[in-house]
Amino acid sequence: MKAKTVRRRASDSHHRPAKLWQLRLYVTDSTPKSLTAFANLKKFCEIHLKSRYRITVIDLVKQPQLAKGDQILAVPTVVRRLPKPVRTLLGNLSDTERVLVGLDLRATD
Amino acid sequence: MKNNGHSSTFPAARLPKCPTGIQGLDEITGGGLPRGRPTLVCGGAGCGKTLLAAEFLVRGAVQFGEPGVFMAFEETEKELTANVASLGFDLAGLVRHKKIVVDYVHLERSEIHESGEYDLEGLFVRLNHAIDSIGARRVVLDTLEALFASLPNEAILRAELRRLFRWLKDKGVTAVITAERGREQLTRHGLEEYVSDCVILLDHRVNDQIATRNLRVVKYRGSLHGTNEFPFLIGDEGISVLPITSLALNHKVSRERIATGIPRLDAMLGGRGFFRGSSILLTGTPGTGKTIVAANFAQAACRRGERTLFFSFEESPNQIIRNTHSIGLRLEPFVQRGLLRFHAARPSLYGLEMHLATMFKEIATFQPRVVIIDPITSLMDSGTASECKAMVTRLVDYLKAGQVTTLFTSLTQAGHALQQSEASMSSLMDSWLLLQDFEGNGERNRVLYVLKARGMAHSNQVREFLISDRGIDLVDAYIGPSGVLTGSARVAQNALEKASLLASHQEAARRKRELEQKRAALERQISGLRSEHEASAEELRQIDEQVGTQTRLLSTERTELGRLRQADVSVASSARVRAGNGRVH
Repeated sequence: MKAKTVRRRASDSHHRPAKLWQLRLYVTDSTPKSLTAFANLKKFCEIHLKSRYRITVIDLVKQPQLAKGDQILAVPTVVRRLPKPVRTLLGNLSDTERVLVGLDLRATD
Repeated sequence: MKNNGHSSTFPAARLPKCPTGIQGLDEITGGGLPRGRPTLVCGGAGCGKTLLAAEFLVRGAVQFGEPGVFMAFEETEKELTANVASLGFDLAGLVRHKKIVVDYVHLERSEIHESGEYDLEGLFVRLNHAIDSIGARRVVLDTLEALFASLPNEAILRAELRRLFRWLKDKGVTAVITAERGREQLTRHGLEEYVSDCVILLDHRVNDQIATRNLRVVKYRGSLHGTNEFPFLIGDEGISVLPITSLALNHKVSRERIATGIPRLDAMLGGRGFFRGSSILLTGTPGTGKTIVAANFAQAACRRGERTLFFSFEESPNQIIRNTHSIGLRLEPFVQRGLLRFHAARPSLYGLEMHLATMFKEIATFQPRVVIIDPITSLMDSGTASECKAMVTRLVDYLKAGQVTTLFTSLTQAGHALQQSEASMSSLMDSWLLLQDFEGNGERNRVLYVLKARGMAHSNQVREFLISDRGIDLVDAYIGPSGVLTGSARVAQNALEKASLLASHQEAARRKRELEQKRAALERQISGLRSEHEASAEELRQIDEQVGTQTRLLSTERTELGRLRQADVSVASSARVRAGNGRVH
């Protein structure tokens, strides 16, 4: 059921402009790691994807049922839902090089 | 201390335990897994880790009212449901009724990158959510080690695993964590370092093309446990670890005796047959009639109205019925009445422990008073000697615990030392009959001995064992200076003896007649002498009488004469005269 909801959201997004990046950030509470991750993610998006991105922050403490859909084990985790293929990046995103490779942000430049 | 209400052969342990409901495992562990603690189940590929874990969870939900969470790292929910369905577990139904949650955790290494710090809080959240959603008391993590393949940073993973096990303990759930067997350590990634309360090792090995599964409790902190390797099997009702029954020698014993169906054999056994609940070994070379003795025993039991289970590993039931019919046994009616049940299987059909489990199951469902295993030696081929001994021991224990009388037939090869080949098994048996061939005079004859019969006086004699269309007969074999004679030699010897007996009878009769005559002659002489003796006695009496009369007359005359003559008479003579007068008058 939950997985389906998530998938419906993903297919909905097909109607949006193809270039739009849809990112999800899974965190638990407002831990330092979570806050750093969000700040870092936002920074990279502003640099590489100006106004072409959307970040959904999901707090697993509040919505634990959502962890199953994207197979979340580690937090923080960024899931790139669009563009395809789906990519997963673990960590507080402090290693810039790895973020760029992991989310494949370079190619968009 | 919680009492889990499970009977066990071990003393009550202090540690609260969580019964698994898995046959035999609770006996070995003295009541189950440590409650509220994680247990590590490790073993190689295909040895049944996942099934054991799944059974722990399903039985928990069904039998003990403890819901559970199955976190699967290797199989999807669908695969898992299909796999455990083969054991008769309705996982999907349990999931629907919120008794079990299956959470499939999957990480594709190729899709994962990492940048900077992270922890596995997501896993904790998921697990916590799953546990809380149904109030789970049991958790399975199968196989946690998959994480080592999917997560790039081992240092983080190890730190988080340590935290996970602590968290599980704090949560108070009884957890089973499965892990792959490592080369030099129990698990490939050293999980035993984190889970140290209870470790169970599963093993699947092949001996002589026959695979056996074994289970061993390597470690159980704070509790007594069986340390041996126990064979286990995965049947259609889940896992069963053997020993199903007690490991202690404390069977009840019966003084009741039951007949063997062969009166002369009963007579050899102190006149009343075997003890009820005893185990009997019947050894013999090929063709000595083991199956026939067994069938006789079965028929006798059925006639007493006792349910009898006949395990046949060489002949089909129909063949046994037909063959025993030819010697006058009628087994069919008992089969039809449900008193006699055959279970026939080729020994090579499956491994030893599978045979054992099948036999246990048959015995448990049919509840027989008498069991026949014909022959036990066929089963011996499907395992090593030590396995076989262990198996027979278990079987004997199981049957004795239920006071079931059991007859094992055992085939010995001609030319082998009979006793030697059975030595390992015979010590388990209470009675031992030996059937043997005697060859001589161009014929083979069967003989039967009672080699041992614990607790009863028994004959030490050899009996010739005859099979005719009227059944079995035991005949005294001729034992004389020339050895044991059987068959036609015995008959010839008997004829010889009969002839000499006749001759001696005739001789005796002749002598008797002679003596009779002699006695009659003497008798006649005696009566002649006696009449002569009586005649002289009469004569003697008459003489005495005459003398007496004359004396009286004489004295009377004298007294008269004296009175007439007025003669002085002395006092003494007058007294004599008075006395004499007194006699006369």
